Amino acid sequence: MNTEKNINPKVVVKNLNFFYGNLRALKDINLSIAEKMVTAFIGPSGCGKSTLLRTFNRMYQLYPKQRATGEIMLDGDNVLDPRHDLNMLRAKVGMVFQKPNPFPKSIYENVAYGPRIHGLARKKSDMDDIVASALQKAGLWNEVKDRLDAPGTGLSGGQQQRLCIARAVAVSPEVILMDEPCSALDPIATAKVEELIHELRANYTIVIVTHSMQQAARVSQRTAMFHLGELVEENDTDKMFTNPDDQRTQDYIMGRFG
Amino acid sequence: MLTLYTRRRIANVVGLLVSILAMGFGLFWLCWILWTLLSHGLPALTPMVFTHMTPPPGSDGGLLNAIMGTMIMSVLGTLIGTPIGILAGTYLAEFGQRGWLAPVTRFINDILLSAPSIVIGLFVYEIYVVHVKHFSGWAGALALAIIVIPIVIRTTENMLRLVPNTLREAAAALGAPQWKIINFVTLRAARAGIITGVMLAIARISGETAPLLFTALNNQFWSSDINQPLANLPVVIFQFAMSPYEDWQKLAWAGALLITLSVLTLNILARVLFRQSATTH
Repeated sequence: MNTEKNINPKVVVKNLNFFYGNLRALKDINLSIAEKMVTAFIGPSGCGKSTLLRTFNRMYQLYPKQRATGEIMLDGDNVLDPRHDLNMLRAKVGMVFQKPNPFPKSIYENVAYGPRIHGLARKKSDMDDIVASALQKAGLWNEVKDRLDAPGTGLSGGQQQRLCIARAVAVSPEVILMDEPCSALDPIATAKVEELIHELRANYTIVIVTHSMQQAARVSQRTAMFHLGELVEENDTDKMFTNPDDQRTQDYIMGRFG
Repeated sequence: MLTLYTRRRIANVVGLLVSILAMGFGLFWLCWILWTLLSHGLPALTPMVFTHMTPPPGSDGGLLNAIMGTMIMSVLGTLIGTPIGILAGTYLAEFGQRGWLAPVTRFINDILLSAPSIVIGLFVYEIYVVHVKHFSGWAGALALAIIVIPIVIRTTENMLRLVPNTLREAAAALGAPQWKIINFVTLRAARAGIITGVMLAIARISGETAPLLFTALNNQFWSSDINQPLANLPVVIFQFAMSPYEDWQKLAWAGALLITLSVLTLNILARVLFRQSATTH
């Protein structure tokens, strides 16, 4: 943690434990997420990295048997506090999922859905601007600008994922959570999404869960390694991939387990 | 000694043969029923059936009042039962993961779903007809609504459960409150399936006799007063088919054919709707 002083923490996780029923999936996690950087969560399947990601926007609350204890401070507010407004939290913390999941509606309506919920546009022209800008930020504008009324589900997998990114960006979040966003995409679509992550970094704090070591190395500045529900270590990505402190990180990155 | 492969082939042929025979046995009765219905019903199905009231024995007449009565009560029963069924089904699917209320409701609904319809007729007779002291279209509609509710609850819940959680998560991740997720995402995604369920419920009630015997009873004359006994096809069929008069029996056949055809149409429509929605997703 020697570089801790250089980062400006956007999210601070304190003593976080997570339970699926009686199963303890996360054990006393303490971690800071740097503002306007990309943080990658790596680790073997079932290590809890997606679980941790889904606590940042309390997505787990959709499911009755899942619960978290501890604190997650976002700009100094504990988001796990039940009094913290869930819908406002999710306006601030957007999410992109493993499989592209556009709504069965038009491309335009997919992007306009979030801004409409939060009342971000008063006039139709304002909404048009938000949709156009979000699609531009997601690098999809040129491909879909002539067919905004076409169904979002008719796009290719890579385009659908960028549509989902546009949908998240349209709400103007501060943090974007990405849960293996490229695992269902081919290499070309993956390259496009990674390029997009580079561009989004200037304005958003991004946390990305990935199974691809190369992807973590390519897109992130900070990396956190998890194993069996514990945080193994967390550091600058360069350091993690060249000279990690923990033997387990070394072994995982070298492909010796996981 | 037969080889393993030969034995399996013989077992396969025997199995296939038994299955085909069983299917043929089932279809045979179904075809016989349809044939009898068509051969008796088609000749009786004259324009007069749609233009004249149910006649006294020995004179010409039709089924107009019975057709109208059945339509009125089916529509009313559906209008009353569908919203309750959809709301309750939504509760079970979207909110019914915690606590004891949902499992209990689901269990009771299953009982209601398989309850004999005559019980429902007697129930409405006891709580409504006895108190207002006359049979009425409203009582019939109420009985039919009670049959509609459990069917719609069940299909709504099942269809909502088929909506993938990823869609709910997508909307939740954008900060949509739960009522908006349900209204604008999940119910919309399950719409075709729910409509199919409603249509099947309509098909079911349009042929129900037992619950109407104790509630709407029958009416020889034209009446659109829902507060009075109301003619309806199932009870007319029951009454006319049991009578010794040949022209009444003919009308009963025509009515039976009418109900069968409309149920068939509804079923086909429901299937087409469901298939269309399955291909557009």
